Amino acid sequence: MTVANLPASLGFLLLEGIVWAGPRPGSTPRAANREQMTNESQVRAARLATEPLRAAGPRQGFVRGTVQSLRDIVGQGELLGLLVRRELKARYKDSMFGFFWSLAKPLAMLLVYYIAIGKFLGAESSPRNPGGIPSFAVFIFTGLTAWQLFSDIIVSGTGSIVANGGLIKKVYLPREVFPLSVIGAALFNFGIQLAVLIGATIASRQFPTGERWWYFVLSLAVMIVFSTALALLLAAVNVYLRDVQYLVEILIMIFFWASPVIYSWALVDAHLDGILQDVYLANPMTQVVMGFQRTFWVAGDGQPYPSQLLQSLWITLGASVLLLWVSQRVFSRLQANFAQEL
Amino acid sequence: MPTTVIEIADVSKRFVIRKDKSLKERVVNFGRSNLHKDDFWALRNVSMEISCGTTVGLIGPNGSGKSTLLKMIGGIMQPTNGSIRLRGRIAALLELGAGFHPDLTGRENVYLNAAILGITREQTNRYFDAIVDFSGIEQFIDTQVKFYSSGMYVRLAFAVAVHVDPDILLVDEVLAVGDEPFQRKCMDRIRGFQHEGRTIVIVSHSLDQVAELCDRAIALESGVVIADGAPREALRALRFEFEHTRQEEIERQRVTADVAAEPERPRAVVERIELLSLGRPLEGALEVGSPVTVRLHVRADEPLRDWILGFGIETATGQSIYGTNTRLLGESLAPLSGRASYDFSIPAATIGEGSYTLHGAIAGHTGAEIHRLIEGATLSLRADGRETGFVHLGLTFSPGTS
Repeated sequence: MTVANLPASLGFLLLEGIVWAGPRPGSTPRAANREQMTNESQVRAARLATEPLRAAGPRQGFVRGTVQSLRDIVGQGELLGLLVRRELKARYKDSMFGFFWSLAKPLAMLLVYYIAIGKFLGAESSPRNPGGIPSFAVFIFTGLTAWQLFSDIIVSGTGSIVANGGLIKKVYLPREVFPLSVIGAALFNFGIQLAVLIGATIASRQFPTGERWWYFVLSLAVMIVFSTALALLLAAVNVYLRDVQYLVEILIMIFFWASPVIYSWALVDAHLDGILQDVYLANPMTQVVMGFQRTFWVAGDGQPYPSQLLQSLWITLGASVLLLWVSQRVFSRLQANFAQEL
Repeated sequence: MPTTVIEIADVSKRFVIRKDKSLKERVVNFGRSNLHKDDFWALRNVSMEISCGTTVGLIGPNGSGKSTLLKMIGGIMQPTNGSIRLRGRIAALLELGAGFHPDLTGRENVYLNAAILGITREQTNRYFDAIVDFSGIEQFIDTQVKFYSSGMYVRLAFAVAVHVDPDILLVDEVLAVGDEPFQRKCMDRIRGFQHEGRTIVIVSHSLDQVAELCDRAIALESGVVIADGAPREALRALRFEFEHTRQEEIERQRVTADVAAEPERPRAVVERIELLSLGRPLEGALEVGSPVTVRLHVRADEPLRDWILGFGIETATGQSIYGTNTRLLGESLAPLSGRASYDFSIPAATIGEGSYTLHGAIAGHTGAEIHRLIEGATLSLRADGRETGFVHLGLTFSPGTS
């Protein structure tokens, strides 16, 4: 039964020559009974009359657009929180161990690298191998924790717009919320891993103290800004070119080995010099991973590290903020056609 | 002068349909990329202004650009040319339960969906009981949505949707969900929105619904506005358009199919409909309750055998109130070649006061329609104003005797 078939008493029709009886209370403000309009509707009309006309959808323009985008995103804070919770709740819903699984992967990696590389390949320092890496387990887990956050943000951020295509085609929201919600969920998992890492440093009686925490704060800031910028850019490009998400997975794997997660800076220092070393150090994730290690890998204090790490991190932070701004502008330009490309 | 809340100025929308999505295909097809692109204009130079507090129906056949226009008003898509400007808060109900996640419970989805529709958390807290009450699925609110029946799903989704607080509400074919009592609740809610002076833009294929709800209807055809005005006129334009399309289709089938292969559809038309009162052509309005004869003039270009002739009466908005045909009447028609006329004699037109239109139609023995003449005649009825509605009962009133 369609609405049209509802009893005619619902319809307050004004036909030619027929006045249809019985307008129900709360009936429609049709042309015929405008004088019956409610107070509320008059208030609304008066308010709307004072408002200026604005363009539908997102604003263009480089600087003004940025301000507007920021305001829109901040205005969607509640939604962002709910989307993050949706990501987290939906991910391990119905599984018995729930969030344990988000820890399982890095712990398994830790175990594999620790045994295969630390023991078999002899990377760990031991009485027989004094030149190795001290506290190898903490060293690896520090790098893995940093890397896991980065790869989570990039990989799921890249697919976030396509994954939410159904919503994007039906509702207008600042589309930045989708990559951002993925970042929120990744940060939550990162928090759990970080707690384990700190637990490990306490257990091994090497809890980091004092000024070394500045490295962590700065590195984390660099990583979040840098990976957010990349995630926004890649998410938008991925809508137009779906190959991007596969390419990203491969690049993530390559860059994992291009950062000192498994091996220490001392080994790189011995093999690269001059321009190659500069290129290696220019990788933001190299700096971030080393920043993390400066904080959590207390046993590695005696190991060599690049002399100007702190300055490099500050410069990278500045560059990342710039990149984030450009990415957001590119994103906002590309998003105009999201709904039809998805 | 009412305030304009939606101003659409010379809007066009072009879709470029690419057939290659992957990098490989793009590289391979580089240079001949135009071969792999199709241009499609969904809308062309559409302009309109919608003023505060009106309810506007966007109607048109499939693919006419109604939904595209609605999406552009909602900011989901951007026009290729032209501009759309708005006043006030806007909410778009293009799909019920947008953003519902199957793994979350009803309660969690209510909050999520509400946030997506722009309802603040505080408002949702306030409305939560009302939402659950409206949906009528209290006992399942903490169950995961994936276990819901499709009816429960849309009811919950609709319950959230009707708690939006916009100045402009965009609705796309989502009004008729659930069972009958629920539909009534939905319609009452829409009327409530109208009463509160909200501007509503509805895309609908239900022309009767548009006639009933809207102050104004805009008919689109292939991305161009073909009618804009009172629902009655726009619906009329669209019905003629539909009939035209149908005739073209029948004609095309005739051309492509072998004539012998379709003997049930010979070439024949209802040429005109005549109304006679007491043997003379009817002039002006007819007194309610008097006799009237509907004379259908038929021309058969190919012999008609075993055929059916019928007519119907519609209101000004196109709602059918009466119809009959020779098969229903148990009459069989003699084969016809050339012209002939047939009379349906109504002993007393007990139709309510007002103006109606008549259509005549011919069908083959399978019931497949051969031709339909819409709005072939106008019948106006005059009465003493004692009744309203579509029927004339001629009743009397007296106090009860018990």
